[in-house]
Amino acid sequence: MARRARPRLAVWKFASCDGCQLSLLDCEDELLAVAGALDIAYFVEASRRMFRGPYDLSLVEGSITTPADAERILRVRRLSRHLVTIGACATSGGIQALRNFADVREFAAAVYPHPEYLKTLATSTPIGAHVRVDFELRGCPIEKGQLLEVIKAFLIGRKPSIPAHTVCHECKLRGTVCVMVAQGTPCLGPVTQTGCGAICPAYSRGCYGCFGPAESPNTAAIAREFSALGMAQRDIARIFRTFNAAAEAFRKESEAHGE
Amino acid sequence: MANRTVRVDYIARVEGESSLELHVRNGAVDRVRLSIFEPPRFFEALLRGRGFGEVLDIVARICGICPIAYQMSGVHAIEDALGIQVDEPIRGLRRLLYCGEWIQSHALHIVMLHAPDFLGYPDAIAMAREHGEAVQRGLALKKTGNELLRVLGGREIHPINARVGGFYRVPGRAELAPLAEALKHARDQAIETLRWTASFSFPEFVRDYEFVALRHTDEYPMNAGRIVSSAGLDIAAVDYETEFIERQMPYSTALHSALKERGAYLVGPMARYALNRDRLPVEIRALADEVGLEPMCRNPFRSILIRGIEVVYACDEALRLIAGYQPPPRPFVPPEPRAAVGYACTEAPRGVLYHRYRLDGEGTILEASIVPPTAQNQGVIEGDLRDVATASLDLDDHALQASCEQSIRNHDPCISCAAHFLKFQLHRT
Repeated sequence: MARRARPRLAVWKFASCDGCQLSLLDCEDELLAVAGALDIAYFVEASRRMFRGPYDLSLVEGSITTPADAERILRVRRLSRHLVTIGACATSGGIQALRNFADVREFAAAVYPHPEYLKTLATSTPIGAHVRVDFELRGCPIEKGQLLEVIKAFLIGRKPSIPAHTVCHECKLRGTVCVMVAQGTPCLGPVTQTGCGAICPAYSRGCYGCFGPAESPNTAAIAREFSALGMAQRDIARIFRTFNAAAEAFRKESEAHGE
Repeated sequence: MANRTVRVDYIARVEGESSLELHVRNGAVDRVRLSIFEPPRFFEALLRGRGFGEVLDIVARICGICPIAYQMSGVHAIEDALGIQVDEPIRGLRRLLYCGEWIQSHALHIVMLHAPDFLGYPDAIAMAREHGEAVQRGLALKKTGNELLRVLGGREIHPINARVGGFYRVPGRAELAPLAEALKHARDQAIETLRWTASFSFPEFVRDYEFVALRHTDEYPMNAGRIVSSAGLDIAAVDYETEFIERQMPYSTALHSALKERGAYLVGPMARYALNRDRLPVEIRALADEVGLEPMCRNPFRSILIRGIEVVYACDEALRLIAGYQPPPRPFVPPEPRAAVGYACTEAPRGVLYHRYRLDGEGTILEASIVPPTAQNQGVIEGDLRDVATASLDLDDHALQASCEQSIRNHDPCISCAAHFLKFQLHRT
């Protein structure tokens, strides 16, 4: 019987900081095992070898911000049997989606002397706004244990087991004292999906929502609590408008408090 | 053979998206272009209107490889604006955090990105089949650097613990003790890695750089010091923009940083080492001598040795800081907003990183300016490329391309960092 070829993995970058794909190289104990189980066929940050495709699993980092990238993602989709987005940029548009609330021409003029040379879109949009996505892995950055789980799940053809409860629940599981109740520190934990391990409250600060909104988040209720703690409307708008600013629940809540 | 074009559409084993084009005409290098096609993300624009307390979380997202560098330049610039002096143990913890980033970033570059060039592999995974021990050792070293970031910062990428005035939470001595154990092993692994890279063969190639780095009264520079150069520059961060300009090259939409007086210059490990070797402990200098590293190294291919020396030093320095650590009386000095401008430079793994912020009386950012190391090194990288290509013209296209790529990787460019401050052009003909 012929030996079955290893599934081919590709890692793609769009507008991003490289951090989520770095998470794969940060799997120091598992990287060589992953490379044994999969053929890493396209991963430009790590290798000069660039296999043309098709690929069994594509991990896509970054958001769509240029006309060229809006075309390129279509090609990536065509070449990929499964496509998984990794991180807040690919899943909700990332920090660069703050342009969606502003005039991108003004943004470009603030940074570049000749903004007319730039070919940039007015918005930063997630991959899912352009092509079908088989699974979205949250986080800014993603958590590497979750990344390994996703790769494993696709290797054996099952659904990834990624918890969908809130950071607030995670604190209770960890036994972390509530920073909002005990210190009066505003915290997005009750409306944010877990995955990070509830790091911020364990370091005495409020969650800032880098894994994006949990399922059916009651953002209006938490915003009322922030108000009661003395937070200005401007600051409430800001707290919802960071790395997942364009995720619908956070976008709507920020607009309820914004200018 | 007289006229030929070498084109690399997407340069591998660097962070971010760039391409290279080399034109040879009548047997001589006619044109070299390193194009950046990384999409701009407009950080300096989107920082406006944010609170000063949000800056460190936002600027970390410029780069997943060196978020600490952005947080450290950012925190020092804002503290400069607000007139904050931090407690001594906070200063030590910040240096410890930087040691972690230098170790993980350098180990990644030495073993995963740069070494495969010297040994002729497409990547470290292919290299691991015959050099498994060296790759495992490099990964273990990188893991220890990341462990420092995880304990002090909460996580490896985009750590959450640094804040204006200090940290959200400071560790107790007992939390740092296991790190010291790991660092002792890491120190041995760093020395073995350095000796391994010293066995590589290096092209005979020297360029006359102007080196620019921070210099501190008694430390090897990380978070503090004056900006000095091998041509006699000696200024404070506040004067950065009077000495350096960002220049637009006629053939490209990329801005290159330059010294107003003298043009292209080099930041990064080679510059730090050349200008601060006397700030290294005697045993580290002895190690540099043992592997044949000259006091003023001008061969960029040998930068892998300097990164190796800096990793050993960062392990030693981290051990020293942990041994002397006493928790501060308070995790942070409470910041009071005021209308002011603040400036800072720190030493990212890839070199000098400049930040400037103008704040209003409520602490809102009115203006931000950020110049990353790779933007500063672009001129030198293209100069290297021209000289390397000229010296390699008798090679076939495949080998010529490989040596051009290696000469780019010599400087560990971080395109993700650079692009947000550069004009870019998608150049594919």
